Amino acid sequence: MNTTIRVLMGATALSAVALTAQAETLTIATVNNGDMIRMQGLTDDFTAKTGHTVEWVTLEENVLRQRVTTDISTKGGAFDIMTIGMYETPIWGANGWLVPLDNLSEEYDVDDILPAMAGGLSHDGTLFAAPFYGESSMIMYRTDLMEAAGLEMPDAPTWDFIREAAAAMTDRDAEINGICLRGKAGWGEGGAFITAMSNSFGARWFDMDWKAQFDTQPWADTLNFYKGMMDESGPAGYATNGFNENLSLFQQGKCGMWIDATVAASFVTNPDDSTVADSVGFALAPDTGLGKRSNWLWAWALAIPAGTQKQDAAVEFVEWATSKSYIDLVAANEGWANVPPGARTSLYENPNYQAVPFAQKTLDSILSADPNNSTVEPSPYVGVQFAAIPEFAGIATDVSQEFSAAYAGQQTVEEALAKAQAITTDAMEAAGY
Amino acid sequence: MATQHSRSAARIMMAPAVVLLLGWMLVPLIMTLYFSFRNYLPMRGGDLGWAGFDNYARFVTSSAFWPSIFTTLIIVGSVLAITVVLGVLLAILLNQPMWGRGFVRILVIAPFFVMPTVSALVWKNMFMDPNYGLFAYLWKFFGAAPVEWLSQASLPSIVIIVSWQWLPFATLILLTAIQSLDSEQLEAAEMDGAPATKRFAFITLPHLGRSITVVILIQTIFLLSIFAEIFVTTGGAFGTKTLSYLIFQRVLESQNIGLGSAGGVYAIILANIVAIFLMRIVGKNLDA
Repeated sequence: MNTTIRVLMGATALSAVALTAQAETLTIATVNNGDMIRMQGLTDDFTAKTGHTVEWVTLEENVLRQRVTTDISTKGGAFDIMTIGMYETPIWGANGWLVPLDNLSEEYDVDDILPAMAGGLSHDGTLFAAPFYGESSMIMYRTDLMEAAGLEMPDAPTWDFIREAAAAMTDRDAEINGICLRGKAGWGEGGAFITAMSNSFGARWFDMDWKAQFDTQPWADTLNFYKGMMDESGPAGYATNGFNENLSLFQQGKCGMWIDATVAASFVTNPDDSTVADSVGFALAPDTGLGKRSNWLWAWALAIPAGTQKQDAAVEFVEWATSKSYIDLVAANEGWANVPPGARTSLYENPNYQAVPFAQKTLDSILSADPNNSTVEPSPYVGVQFAAIPEFAGIATDVSQEFSAAYAGQQTVEEALAKAQAITTDAMEAAGY
Repeated sequence: MATQHSRSAARIMMAPAVVLLLGWMLVPLIMTLYFSFRNYLPMRGGDLGWAGFDNYARFVTSSAFWPSIFTTLIIVGSVLAITVVLGVLLAILLNQPMWGRGFVRILVIAPFFVMPTVSALVWKNMFMDPNYGLFAYLWKFFGAAPVEWLSQASLPSIVIIVSWQWLPFATLILLTAIQSLDSEQLEAAEMDGAPATKRFAFITLPHLGRSITVVILIQTIFLLSIFAEIFVTTGGAFGTKTLSYLIFQRVLESQNIGLGSAGGVYAIILANIVAIFLMRIVGKNLDA
């Protein structure tokens, strides 16, 4: 054996040892929705490229939020990567709890991330989480029922039109409800919907002095309109319906219209899951002519908690899962309609994706939501369907419980708003605002 | 007879278990007490210092406090009433000689082995859903509008779900007790012409007294901290927020550890008040 071969063999052995030493096992907390489950199925691609393996902790949305919040606030260190949203990211970034993503590779092309998404996932201009997918909300409606009602859905309808169309499409005997909307208690469920809706009615959570605003006319208008329309044309028990319940109702042909997350478009147009897949149309969320539409802005994003021992491997995973090549991987395996939407500009420039029926409306909805300027009157907070302050989740859950009780007829709208005002005022005073 | 030496040896051998158990109970208790006096807000920078009795005052003056206490007591009281009454009836029924008795007993006891979260989900989606639930179909079959159980009859719905889970426990304890009842006593009463209602009231029920007490005490301890069924079905809305649910919201939703800990101390105090009350009123039966 000559010297060259010995040197080469030694180098190979050393490389193998080095690769083994660098291979990490990452623990990732994620939400149990379709896009994330799909990502888990494709993890082998990441392992093949990097040598790192992945252990998933998959949880329902509310439980995930509580688990990751508790873990990061107590420095538990259970996760190397966390799936978080636009609400948590700026707050946690400001607290120094997240690794700043300011050193991503050139190939990753961070400038390709949609500005609305990058803005919502940053603090002081630094990106703290990479969007896996982004969403707004829009109207999904049954084209056949709309036609039978003798109406035509505008691209950008008003709430008055929606109420009129919902009443026209409702056929209780055939178990068809004109409109399905979230009423379920919880800040990220019914709370998110009614907050986005209230923006279009000129309402806001706080004025510029952080005083609660539930004693103002726009909030009364919002809740009375919502309850009136849902009592007329909504499904039974709408006060307990959230995203999943309404998705199921719509897929089974029991809703004329549904206003909810844009990612639902791929579920309601998938013939394997939806009985009405071939007759779904899309429109922008409604307004009342005040200059704000009632659509929200959200991203499920991957963030790395500060203090993880596997930061380099975690960055590699975040880049892999939120990259252009991951989108291509999903498209090759599952088709373009199933790629994670709403995160990258280049996706909407891709002719393959432009052919997907809901692509343009999703982009239009995302672009029309501005988290820094979400209300008609000026407000001191960032966020469309939430206010990005630490106290918001607790307050909004309490408030949405009062609203849900009003939807169910357990109290009047006026009583619910009075309680919401008291709850919010009390909590904000206690927090030192 | 144990010698001084063997008693010492026993103490030394038991010491690790006793220390472990004490630690198991005392560490969380002391931490809860400690945090209840701290202004501990993880999202606002962590432990912000001494809070005195502010957390206690805020928790008890919150508009949600008294309703949560009443909700807790209503749920505990209702579930106890339903499980004890139905438990006695089922125990008597299952004690009768009948075909397939062993199989029926297993069926009756089965719900006790279902996790609370699972049973709540099953009740919510398969029975109480106003669109797809079995009850909705039944109501529609008879021409009535379906009941929106979880929003319009929220507390009764929770009570039904929890009672369904705890009825097997009550039945099992009471069935065991009823099996120890001397049948000659009942036969003698029957021969003396005592009707079934009187035989039940003067022989069976007094015999079951001690078991009913055990059922009430054990169930009360568990029912005071009821949580999963509410989390899964109503999320604390529609007046179903119990004290333990309120504490959960303050700690996890509002991320206020100090306030939630003060609530935890109140919960301990409430549990002790209820326990002392129960021991005084019904615990006498245990001495007999």
